[in-house]
Amino acid sequence: MTIEVERPGLLTTVQDLGRPGRQHLGVPVNGVMDEISHRLANLLVGNDENEATLELTLNGPTLRFTTDAVIAICGADMGGTVGRQPVPWWRPIRVPGGSKIVFGRPAIGCRAYLAIAGGFDLPVVLGSRSTALMGGYGGFHGRALKKGDVLLPRQPDEAHTPRWVRLLVRSHHGIAYPNWSVSRARMPYRVSPQPVRIVPGRHWQHFSVAVRELLTSAPYKVGLDSDRMGYRLAGPVLEARRSHDVLSEGVVMGAMQVPPGGQPIVLMADHQTTGGYPVIAVVAGVDLPVMAQMPPNEIVQFKLITPEEGYAASGQREHQLGMIRQALAAKLM
Amino acid sequence: MPQTDTTAQIFSMGDRALVVEFGRTLNNAFTLRARALCEYLLAHPLPCMTDVVPSYASVTVHFDSIAAVAHFRAVSPLEAMREVLQQAVERAPLAPRRRARTLDIPVCYGGEYGEDLADVAKHCKLTADEVIRLHSSVLYDVSMVGFVPGFGYLGGLDRRLVTPRRDQPRKRVPAGSVGIGGEQTGVYPVETPGGWNLIGRTPRRLVDFERSGSPSEMEAGDHVRFHPIDAAEFVRLSERRQ
Repeated sequence: MTIEVERPGLLTTVQDLGRPGRQHLGVPVNGVMDEISHRLANLLVGNDENEATLELTLNGPTLRFTTDAVIAICGADMGGTVGRQPVPWWRPIRVPGGSKIVFGRPAIGCRAYLAIAGGFDLPVVLGSRSTALMGGYGGFHGRALKKGDVLLPRQPDEAHTPRWVRLLVRSHHGIAYPNWSVSRARMPYRVSPQPVRIVPGRHWQHFSVAVRELLTSAPYKVGLDSDRMGYRLAGPVLEARRSHDVLSEGVVMGAMQVPPGGQPIVLMADHQTTGGYPVIAVVAGVDLPVMAQMPPNEIVQFKLITPEEGYAASGQREHQLGMIRQALAAKLM
Repeated sequence: MPQTDTTAQIFSMGDRALVVEFGRTLNNAFTLRARALCEYLLAHPLPCMTDVVPSYASVTVHFDSIAAVAHFRAVSPLEAMREVLQQAVERAPLAPRRRARTLDIPVCYGGEYGEDLADVAKHCKLTADEVIRLHSSVLYDVSMVGFVPGFGYLGGLDRRLVTPRRDQPRKRVPAGSVGIGGEQTGVYPVETPGGWNLIGRTPRRLVDFERSGSPSEMEAGDHVRFHPIDAAEFVRLSERRQ
């Protein structure tokens, strides 16, 4: 069974939940940008949440399946058709062998995740199957997919394959899917324009009250040169009280660095382990997926919350994910 | 008795990391403290800690906030983490225990391997030979490993060789390239974009992704010495590596 890349799309990479634990050796974490869509896609096909998925960006690929496969696609809706039939999102789908899925561009959002039952047969490099584009290791030969690439899925482990996936595998010809999906009401979050919640950063005090208020009141625009390493934002200048040079130190995903020009950069999944600019604020962990779904030219509005408010929101979302997990488990009976 | 410590300060970096700061200037004493704490935390990991990153004068401790909520059963895992980190800072030794290694790195300077050697010489008002001599006569310190796996930021560059980064970074710097960027020097272990001035290239491999432990030949605290080789030696050593 293989998946052949007929058209790679803008940037299609293999990602899982990343490779934490080696940052002291200079190894970036990498991994998916929108963790929630990735985890949901894996849950729907009965995979472990850390199983590698394909991360699709802005313009999805065209993929040919040589044999039947059970997949799920979550995140920014890039349409997708098999023949003339639209592919449903947020639910497991049986794709018949010999068919191809042609993805398009999302009207809202930026990234989507395609999980396949069993995952991809790729080596684990430094603890992860994530692609490190800078450095060129991990994932599929350390790079984004190209036309002509052939991906090998792993055979799903029968004993651990959920019943709904086994039923799909046995179903008759054509594209098949259950009559349920993750309901809109149950969705842990929506891919839609919404404020991005931030918490004070390591150098919050290096900025005047007026500058801090500017950050949380003025709109910022996502720059065209934004990528998996960082989002460059354009908007009112954020001037530090003292120098914009600080000693380099370890930084987190979501850290909003302010270089001398005063135009902030939000560090994303492929960020380097250390940074040398003041960090005015940090995108709350709960809203990293929201930030990750911002396409270039989108207007972002930041909203200041306390870390505790962020933890409460994360907890709620994990609860929702837990409900989905339970609902799926119930379908095993 | 734990050593009480009044100089270390703990800051939060958002909701998923804390930073222990030993100072705000480049000072070897701060760097040693940071390395010692990093070593201690790697040997005695805090609950929910996912990463610990030493730098010149601080240590950043990353944690899984969702796991921390469950683990500490506290309203604020940030405060709970701060408390256990404070205890670790008090217990950690003041100097790192790891024995530093010295890496000897052969470099073919100039020519096709170091396209910017002439520019660096011109900027520094030196001859190319003088640049090579100065660059290869220092025992450098690995201040930090970062940028990409295996890239060590080397401290100790001779003041006479300080050269600003190139205005236009290269899209592709070949693996093994030795560069000067401002007051720092280092070796690009893999092909990446880069803005440093390239003065030479080493055939020695500095990163190995197949290795199970550290992929990096050098770690913070190690020492590096460069020694000049000619093009024939470069080819010979490259072939031996295959």
